[in-house]
Amino acid sequence: MKSVLPALLLLLASPAALAADAEFAINIKDHRFEPAELRVPSGQKLKLIVNNQDATPEEFESHKLNREKVIPGKSKAVIFIGPLAPGQYPFVGEFNEKTARGTLIAE
Amino acid sequence: MLGTLLIVFRETLEAALLIGIIAAATKAVPSRNRWIGAGIVAGILGALLVAGLMDSIAQWADGIGQELFNAGVLGVAVVMLGWHNIWMAKHGAEMAADAKHVAHAVRDGRRELSAIAILIAVAVLREGSETALFLYGLASGGGLDLRHALTGGSLGLLAGAMAGATIYWGLLRIPLKRVFDITAVLLLLLAAGMAGQMAKFLIQADLLPSIATPIWDTSAALPMTSTLGSLLHLIAGYEAQPTAMQVIFYLATLTLIGFGMRWTRTPSPAATLRTR
Repeated sequence: MKSVLPALLLLLASPAALAADAEFAINIKDHRFEPAELRVPSGQKLKLIVNNQDATPEEFESHKLNREKVIPGKSKAVIFIGPLAPGQYPFVGEFNEKTARGTLIAE
Repeated sequence: MLGTLLIVFRETLEAALLIGIIAAATKAVPSRNRWIGAGIVAGILGALLVAGLMDSIAQWADGIGQELFNAGVLGVAVVMLGWHNIWMAKHGAEMAADAKHVAHAVRDGRRELSAIAILIAVAVLREGSETALFLYGLASGGGLDLRHALTGGSLGLLAGAMAGATIYWGLLRIPLKRVFDITAVLLLLLAAGMAGQMAKFLIQADLLPSIATPIWDTSAALPMTSTLGSLLHLIAGYEAQPTAMQVIFYLATLTLIGFGMRWTRTPSPAATLRTR
């Protein structure tokens, strides 16, 4: 514990959080993601903007990305992800899991 | 309808298990039912309120309001769980030794009970608000879905409550003295898991660095979507691909509450009896 706390404080103060992140947008329409496949660069932090155009809320969820966020109807949500190793990262809309499916492809 | 049932069940389960374990742990505390009930009612009212306000919460702080809210709620739950566990470490032994001889602990117990009420309220609030939002979405999506949403939702809620009741009755079959030890371990793991979740939301909001993503990957051996994986996630905060920061939060919580419990632990019941 003794060695972890100062390291934690150092990390909190690091300027990493201030760097501008690459932005990517994805839409939810009729309980589907558009596009369903999104290519993103690996090895850097990304800002994913999910625009829910449906009137109903959706929950963006991905175990592999380690993310979950409720997006109310007719609104946008910001989700920070990465840096990702190259590979495929499936995600779903948990409230409409049958149709709302997509994949991030980090390369 | 089955989908609705499953989602509501999943959301209810965590709060229900927590309530079941807490109810078993505080069995010997006078008037604990009232406080647990108050926590549940406050949590449900809060959940409806939060679901109604989700649009504006989501817009707070440049779109990371939801993460801040979730992290805050989890933080409160972790602190209350820590308080409860440390309090139980102090008083559990004497309660087990002489369940009736708790009068001197009652004044202290009132604070403990309010901590429990808050803990249960925030647990219900967090899971309940997502459930309410989901059901609201179903209900407003199309007129026909409403009846299915209500049926599925009630059945899911019932199933979740039954899981909570099962763990409660299961724990009650164990002798009181052991129950304190077992619930303490269960709640300690729950608290650590919640702290890990809290870190996850702060990383998602870009307020904390992840340090290393993931620090390990057991998603092939024990995926989060498997029954065992999601059960372990619920009980012990298992993650198949956690970030290093989550693991740090997890271990720090485990260590801090663990030390707090050791620090305040009273001698074993046998020793207490001998000195009386």
